[in-house]
Amino acid sequence: VTPVLRVQTPGLLTTVQDLGRPNAISAGVQSGGAMDRFAHSAANLLVGNDPGLATLECTLIGPSLVAEHACLIAFAGAELDPHINGAPAPMWTGVLLGEGDRLTFGPERDGARMYIAVAGGVEADRWLGSLSTNLMAARGGMRGQPLRSGDVIAIAGEPKIPAVAGRSLAQQLRPDYSDHILHAIPGPHVKRLTPEGRALLFGAPFNVSRDADRMGYRLDGPRLVTSGDELLSFGLVSGAVQVSHNGQPIILMADHQTAGGYPVVATVVSAALPIAAQLLPGDELRFEEMTIERARKMRDGLAAALDTLRSAGP
Amino acid sequence: MPAPRSTPRLRIQPLGDTALLAELGTRLDTALNTRAIALAAALKKRRDVRHAIAGYASVTVHFDPNQATHDSLAAAIKRLAAKRPPMEEPGRLHRIPVTYDGPDFVDVAARLDLSPEKIIELHTKPIYRVFMVGFVPGWAYLGPLAEELELPRRDVPRTQVAAGSVAIAGRQSGIYPLPTPGGWHLIGRTSVKLFLPDSDPPCLFRAGDRVKFFATQA
Repeated sequence: VTPVLRVQTPGLLTTVQDLGRPNAISAGVQSGGAMDRFAHSAANLLVGNDPGLATLECTLIGPSLVAEHACLIAFAGAELDPHINGAPAPMWTGVLLGEGDRLTFGPERDGARMYIAVAGGVEADRWLGSLSTNLMAARGGMRGQPLRSGDVIAIAGEPKIPAVAGRSLAQQLRPDYSDHILHAIPGPHVKRLTPEGRALLFGAPFNVSRDADRMGYRLDGPRLVTSGDELLSFGLVSGAVQVSHNGQPIILMADHQTAGGYPVVATVVSAALPIAAQLLPGDELRFEEMTIERARKMRDGLAAALDTLRSAGP
Repeated sequence: MPAPRSTPRLRIQPLGDTALLAELGTRLDTALNTRAIALAAALKKRRDVRHAIAGYASVTVHFDPNQATHDSLAAAIKRLAAKRPPMEEPGRLHRIPVTYDGPDFVDVAARLDLSPEKIIELHTKPIYRVFMVGFVPGWAYLGPLAEELELPRRDVPRTQVAAGSVAIAGRQSGIYPLPTPGGWHLIGRTSVKLFLPDSDPPCLFRAGDRVKFFATQA
């Protein structure tokens, strides 16, 4: 365990995340993990890590960090304007930090969440099989809490390959986070909507409300009226679009409750969850109905983009 | 050879592109719940299933889309659901003290037109079954609740409910293990800890356990 980065200011909400703890769902513990799995995985691959290693998920305002030890890092996801020693640093690219180098973030921001991967993987508390920070249970990550000033980030293991800076994800393979279309498959309870309600769901613009966090986003916009008896609670998934009794749709995100009883009228496809992860309160979005087959192609496209980063060379 | 048991109410529908929901029925029913738990256990053994979560009368199945499709998994679920579930051992019995002074207690009494004493009597009388552990860490869905106490969930869920709150909704009861959002009616509170983060599994109740409430003074 080598200390590599010292936290000077923690940013707005910076947490350690990996791919979550799905085996704890049966105890009611949220699966959690990185909100934008594509950016998290890409950041890891850019520094030669397995995609399952932990990264730092930075929300809106990144942390300022000082390198205590030379290390290879990468930024992926939202453009939070990273700088190294005052000079702009590239996104989606492996970058070497020398001892004493300072990492800061400027004011030019686009999107919500950026991931910082470090070659060797971020070390943190392991809880129920994952390093992900569970803020509700206050477990995993850095003492179950967001990063704080003075924290020291260590790497979990030796970097797998010789540290090679400059590996980069091709421009055309980077997600277009500005396209706020959320492709979704009709949900198990879509028939509880009226035909008009269904047309609104897959057509009307919605806005992310102020009530939006890692658990989910309540949406402002048209209310959706559902009919039928109370549902018995059932297991939920990330991307599920629930409709509460007042008709407000809620998109469930990474730290969503594991079960619930509100109708699920649609589920955002897995390949569109990175787009959803980058939405901020006030952002407008639309749901677009998608078939399972199209969703598979979209998913394969993201997997192929990550595969371009698995080769040995930069 | 006996014919496989029919499952006329089995509905299998996609929950996005990497999961599906298999609903065995729509009733709050111990036999259905036993079958859901058995089906989830059988599905977990499959290599193409990442995890399977039993609900009251359903199973949510997360699968590996590189090994299975909705159609291939739906066919497997139909086969497994037709099998007779194994005999279930009686679950452990937990006795839980409750102070009946929740923020919705008076409102619930008014809406149901019942006296406070009657609400306490009806809530403490049954031995509840733990139908499902889920929602948030350590939460257990308990039932069936007395018909006389049945109310729909709140129209607008609270954004924060205190840990230890004892709540009812529909034919169900439950205890909020952590401060979380919630849409149920809060009738009381308990000091018993349901979420045990340093244990594995990190929760007091498991699906199939039994729970008895008794009233205590504040």
